[in-house]
Amino acid sequence: MKPPLLAFNKKGIYCEAADVYLDPWKPVDKAIISHGHADHSRWGHKKYITHHSNVPIIKHRLGEIEVSGKEWNETFTINGVKFSLHPAGHIIGSSQIRVEHKGEVWVFTGDYKDEEDGVAVPYEPVKCHTFITECTFGLPAFKWQPQAEVFTEINNWWQQNKEDDRTSVIFGYSLGKAQRLLKHLDTSIGKIYTHGAIENMTEVIRPLAEMPETTRVTRDTKKNEFKGNIVVAPPSAHGSPWIKKMVPYVTASASGWMTFRGARRRRAIDRGFVLSDHCDWQGLLKSIKATGAEKVICTHGYTDTFSRYLRELGYDARTEETQYEGELGEEESKIEKES
Amino acid sequence: MKDFAELIKTLDSTNKTTLKVEALTHYFKNAEDKDKVWTIAILSHRRPSRPVNTTLMRQWASELANIPVWLFEESYHIVGDLAETIALVIPPAEENTEKSLNQFLQEILELKPKTEAEKKDYLHKNWLELNYYERFVFTKLITGSFRIGVSQKLMTRALSKATGIDEDILAYKMMGNWKPEKTTFKKLILEENEEDYLSKPYPFYLAYAIDGEIEDLGVVANWSAEHKWDGIRSQVIVRNDELFVWSRGEELVTDKYPEFEDFVGKVPNGTVIDGEILSFPDGKIGTFKDLQTRIGRKNISKKLLEKTPVILKAYDVLEWKGEDIRTEPFVERRNILEKLYAEVSSEEIPLHLSERISFKNWAEVAEERERAREEKSEGLMLKRLDSPYLVGRKKGDWWKWKVDPLTVDAVLTYAMRGHGRRSNLFTDYTFGLWDDDKKELVTFAKAYSGLTDAEFRKLDAWIKKNTLERFGPVRSVTPHHVFEIAFEGIAESKRHKSGVATRFPRMVRWRTDKNIHEANTLGELRDLIPD
Repeated sequence: MKPPLLAFNKKGIYCEAADVYLDPWKPVDKAIISHGHADHSRWGHKKYITHHSNVPIIKHRLGEIEVSGKEWNETFTINGVKFSLHPAGHIIGSSQIRVEHKGEVWVFTGDYKDEEDGVAVPYEPVKCHTFITECTFGLPAFKWQPQAEVFTEINNWWQQNKEDDRTSVIFGYSLGKAQRLLKHLDTSIGKIYTHGAIENMTEVIRPLAEMPETTRVTRDTKKNEFKGNIVVAPPSAHGSPWIKKMVPYVTASASGWMTFRGARRRRAIDRGFVLSDHCDWQGLLKSIKATGAEKVICTHGYTDTFSRYLRELGYDARTEETQYEGELGEEESKIEKES
Repeated sequence: MKDFAELIKTLDSTNKTTLKVEALTHYFKNAEDKDKVWTIAILSHRRPSRPVNTTLMRQWASELANIPVWLFEESYHIVGDLAETIALVIPPAEENTEKSLNQFLQEILELKPKTEAEKKDYLHKNWLELNYYERFVFTKLITGSFRIGVSQKLMTRALSKATGIDEDILAYKMMGNWKPEKTTFKKLILEENEEDYLSKPYPFYLAYAIDGEIEDLGVVANWSAEHKWDGIRSQVIVRNDELFVWSRGEELVTDKYPEFEDFVGKVPNGTVIDGEILSFPDGKIGTFKDLQTRIGRKNISKKLLEKTPVILKAYDVLEWKGEDIRTEPFVERRNILEKLYAEVSSEEIPLHLSERISFKNWAEVAEERERAREEKSEGLMLKRLDSPYLVGRKKGDWWKWKVDPLTVDAVLTYAMRGHGRRSNLFTDYTFGLWDDDKKELVTFAKAYSGLTDAEFRKLDAWIKKNTLERFGPVRSVTPHHVFEIAFEGIAESKRHKSGVATRFPRMVRWRTDKNIHEANTLGELRDLIPD
């Protein structure tokens, strides 16, 4: 029996025909990388291939690496296997990876969302036979509001805090969510301050996407500057000595997990905004349908539940173990490295 | 409903007490009176009885969401709250209703006797006319209690701010057996009404656990000590030749303890006794487990009354000859109680006295505490001789000094996702001890509390990676982690696989220094059972 075009082994998603890995979690010779989050672009590979807008991002995170950047839809061939990158809409520079060999097409999503967020190039469905999808939010309980509504709420919250003479502190991970927040905050309300980890990443992204003016919080930033303004910080800053400077402040978190009342209360955050860089339930189902795939492989998230439901819908769906973490991992583990 | 849902949302979205009181005060100043009465009822756990069983609700919500029931169930295990799950999975509202909170509750009251089809129609229609948060609140009203971090004390404070009525008086007015659909805000809160007071208990005075050294309480001669009995804290009221028994949960339980009917005629009218209801099989104090056979029953059979009779172990007297004597010093109230006890003890009514312990120094008090398990008590209560009977949990005059809990080291064997703020986290654990051959782990207790949030998160991540099998919401995990489990009491039990039931088991320490073979055995657990 011939090996599948893409197989899941101990190191990552492996294409034997091309001897190349997609988003491997152990060091390999050649890796095609979907996007810059730490669970997808790891340290230690000899050669990286990714979308050119992701190049400065992973260089910033991983240091000097050997990396080649590709355009959207640009086909590159390795050992007769055709690869191309297509927008995934997850964060800036995030791609789906299309693999074609002898008429068979597989697509690996990495992470993706089907809503346009104003920063990342929007997701485009890619026709394929086998679709390897994340399902971080693969439960019918997840249903996103349109982004415009969420940002109206966020800006109203900021405005209200300003009227109450308080500083607004909003948490979002430093690559992706932070820039999405920056892009849509209403700067007529006040000034935007940023945590160092976020400012560093935003500096890398400024040449790629237009961002508003921000002020880095440093040791010299005066306490009385903050009042009425907003501070964008990574979740790890919550409860740290760093945040004490902003007293009196009100906290909020922007994440898909804020859907659950329990998640917000557990983190002792005053306000939760449901804002995710992943697909919601309907988004996943629609995207899968649009690919025309018959086979679906679920990687991370509520994989068992989601693939069981897909089987009931008639797909040939299964689950594969990976070391991708989804939004939870992005929030809770990634930041440590970056700050 | 809109303003009530908004209130719940505000209460739910802050951890700060001052903001909660502010929101409640604002609500009590602005809501319509009928809604206020219902809000007080709901926040003091007086909901209408559940009109629809939850299995049907899950089914109907799944239909509306157009998902299979199993998928709804999976979602529920992860969300960790039924009303929240329902509110999340069904499609967004098409129109929005203007019905008030009291209208909804009236409808919910009337729903109970209706047919299944009518109930389903009612839920489907209303779910689709409410926005996400209103829908969550509406479903909560039907399914369960609101756990939103608002104690009755906090609500009373806000109500006091809104009305200008003293908090203690409000606490008193809100006690007892009133029904929100049968009273008005004026009658319940604003008016003085003598008749209503016939059945009313007083708010219980509760003690904090002693912190620091016992000697820090100062001069030993200023204190009284007695055992802290392990039963149901209650007030027994005799007024106007009628008996009322209230448990600490503010539940009127007169019918469950017919033994106390004998108080009428022997204990003078206008008496309120604070004490502990204890089981008393074979003329001796029984275990809490014995008492449990009485708590859950609706009908008390003659056989049960003979097998497990109860007594009242009296601590204090709060009303005497129709007068509220709570401000009298404790020692004076005790004198009245002891005199009453002496007078009625020959009458064979089930009134016992919680004896005061005599002691000369703190060391003697400490010695008595060591005897608590022998006496079947939980430890000691220390009360200042000159203390008034206060309202609620207060520091200073009364302290509880419990015996140290029993502990064993046990192995984590199963885990389940938690609820509320622990939703989507594996925080509910089952623990096993070795059988006597040290071959197999036998389940002996479940515990949910005692770890820090950081420890829970760490363990949650480990559980997700070390799952052996899934049984619906429950996962078996590789036996690996050892925890020190503390509990207050222990008794033999036929219902438990281990043959032992423990009371209030909880985790006190994550024994990362121990491997699973160092955990205790069932035999060692059984050795802890008192004779």
